[in-house]
Amino acid sequence: MSKATLNTDTVHRVGFLDKASLHIPILRILQADGTTYETAVLPVIDETLATKIYDTCVFTRVLDERMLGAQRQGRISFYMTCTGEEAAIVGSVAALDQEDVILAQYREHAALRYRGFTTEQFMNQMFSNEKDLGKGRQMPIHYGSAALHYQTISSPLATQIPQATGVGYSLKMQGKRKVAVCYFGEGAASEGDFHAGLNMAAVLKCPVIFFCRNNGYAISTPTEEQFAGNGIASRGVGYGMHTIRVDGNDMLAVLAATQQARAYAIEHNAPVLIEAMTYRLGAHSSSDDPSGYRSKDEEAKWQQHDPVKRFKLWLINKGWLAEADDVKLHEKYREEVLAAVKVAEKIPMPMLDEIIEDVYDKPTPVLRKQLADLKEHIKKYPQAYPKSAGRL
Amino acid sequence: MAEMNMLQAVNEALSIAMQADERMVVFGEDVGHFGGVFRATSGLQEKFGRDRCFNTPLTEQGIAGFANGLASNGMTAVAEIQFADYIFPAFDQIVNESAKFRYRSGNEFDVGGLVFRTPYGGGIAGGHYHSQSPEAYFTQTPGLKVVVPRNPEQAKGLLLASIRDKNPVIFFEPKRLYRASVGEVPADDYEIELGKAEVVREGKDITLVAWGAQMEILEKAADMAAKEGISCEIIDLRTLSPWDIDTVADSVKKTGRLLVNHEAPLTGGFAGEIAATIQQECFLYLESPISRVCGLDTPYPLIHEKEYMPDAFKTFEAIKASVTF
Repeated sequence: MSKATLNTDTVHRVGFLDKASLHIPILRILQADGTTYETAVLPVIDETLATKIYDTCVFTRVLDERMLGAQRQGRISFYMTCTGEEAAIVGSVAALDQEDVILAQYREHAALRYRGFTTEQFMNQMFSNEKDLGKGRQMPIHYGSAALHYQTISSPLATQIPQATGVGYSLKMQGKRKVAVCYFGEGAASEGDFHAGLNMAAVLKCPVIFFCRNNGYAISTPTEEQFAGNGIASRGVGYGMHTIRVDGNDMLAVLAATQQARAYAIEHNAPVLIEAMTYRLGAHSSSDDPSGYRSKDEEAKWQQHDPVKRFKLWLINKGWLAEADDVKLHEKYREEVLAAVKVAEKIPMPMLDEIIEDVYDKPTPVLRKQLADLKEHIKKYPQAYPKSAGRL
Repeated sequence: MAEMNMLQAVNEALSIAMQADERMVVFGEDVGHFGGVFRATSGLQEKFGRDRCFNTPLTEQGIAGFANGLASNGMTAVAEIQFADYIFPAFDQIVNESAKFRYRSGNEFDVGGLVFRTPYGGGIAGGHYHSQSPEAYFTQTPGLKVVVPRNPEQAKGLLLASIRDKNPVIFFEPKRLYRASVGEVPADDYEIELGKAEVVREGKDITLVAWGAQMEILEKAADMAAKEGISCEIIDLRTLSPWDIDTVADSVKKTGRLLVNHEAPLTGGFAGEIAATIQQECFLYLESPISRVCGLDTPYPLIHEKEYMPDAFKTFEAIKASVTF
């Protein structure tokens, strides 16, 4: 038994703690008009960094708008936007080293873009063509890149949370002075893997930043039906973890918190929890219609807190962005994305042989036989398998 | 060569592997200073330090997720699940994550350096939750390898091969043999190839297939059958996924008969897969229906353990029924 368990204050009459006992303020640096609060301590940021952050936001907005459209036209099977949460994602990734390992949920493609994922790479994944790094095996938006230290997305929620703890432990063992960064939504935080991952990270002293996007909804489920406690942040304290709550629509607050979280995690080999309060402006996915569970008024209210607009006003105030250049930037990405769609959708799907590769490091005899049988079958009925029949 | 029990052989394999690979870490519930509830990791923390052999909080899904993370970033992760009965909280991490890590990423990432070691099987008055044999839940998952040793020599060689294999492996250790099975074990660093069955006794009338602790049941039953003039060929499958179809099929083509024995319940057990495959491969050679001698389709019972188990008597009866069909 540890000393902490034994040395506890004692009282002699019953008194319960409740969620109000724990005061967790929201860090805000940037005001709605693009000016900063008088007493705010700004993050480390210069024009180059600020420009890269904004560029990533604009690309992500344009990509989301165009690809949701492409899904509506039936050109890709599925899509999820990051709209409204760009500051949470880009503000945090901008505080990281390029070799910090990212484990994401699915609404964080802006972070991958920030790291250098090309427009073509996004398209190749979404169109499941033969240039997709993932060989067309997963649904659209399940990106991954070893070169960019961005582990491949998987659909099961929260599974990446204890994995991030393992990655953090490995980085510590390898003496790299890097962190693992784990993104997840407030809904995923209800999974058992959240508990497992955070507790293990605290106990095993792993340099991990757990970054929660608390955007108010898990598909149709509002946070009131997700948890009764003081958000996600209160739990970090319970695990013995450095914890902060930030305004997720405030680029500078997210950047400042993540910069300091990273420094702390590396210095102390310890995890940090950041809860970014934001709002999912778009639908959950292309398969969802939010009008069934939330009001237009609510959405309109949050449109006024648009994180990209707020940051843009700050850039304009600083003289680092001109309105005319912003228009050009949007135009440039609209053309780039549209052109990339046209190229990616014409690239053939991966060769059929890929169906048995990478199950194991080498295909087993049984897998090779299954592939051979499948090829014979397709040769017999080529019209039933038009995309692969011509390329056996 | 030294005489040792299966626990000592497992311990020695872990020690050799850790010595040879500085990226290797061993972790799980109570595996640290205490050395594991069965003492399989005894002395490893003292030898290799707390960073490389350590206790985790009591969370199987956490252990499995943590192991995936370690292995995904270049470490060799050997995780212990205290009893195979408690692997189910980690089922999602193993089936949806470990097994699919390489495939889903197009080989951008993998968890090949991962092994889950776990004691399994009955015969120790363990009741529902210290007796199960859950191997068939995992053999249906592409991407995993499933390995079961039968004695100390096999345990050491198969575990070393599992740790060094480039795929996630679930290594089931038959706990009723942990101390009961004693034998000569080579002192050197050796591996037994995964995916290869072993013909442990040659015979001509019927092929008997099992794995793990049930191998000694087959041998007892074969001895009983020999007294009645029946010659049994005995095969230890050793690796259940991917399994060695050729060795079993070749044997059945010779003997014309097959019996598969496992402790796990009959329905959906791995014997079904073997039977279906062999009837396809050996249809014209079979002289009697393929026989499955397995646990009952019940939870593993406490007081009726002896009655539940697919023991040597049940196996002997099934051998006679097959040969006289």
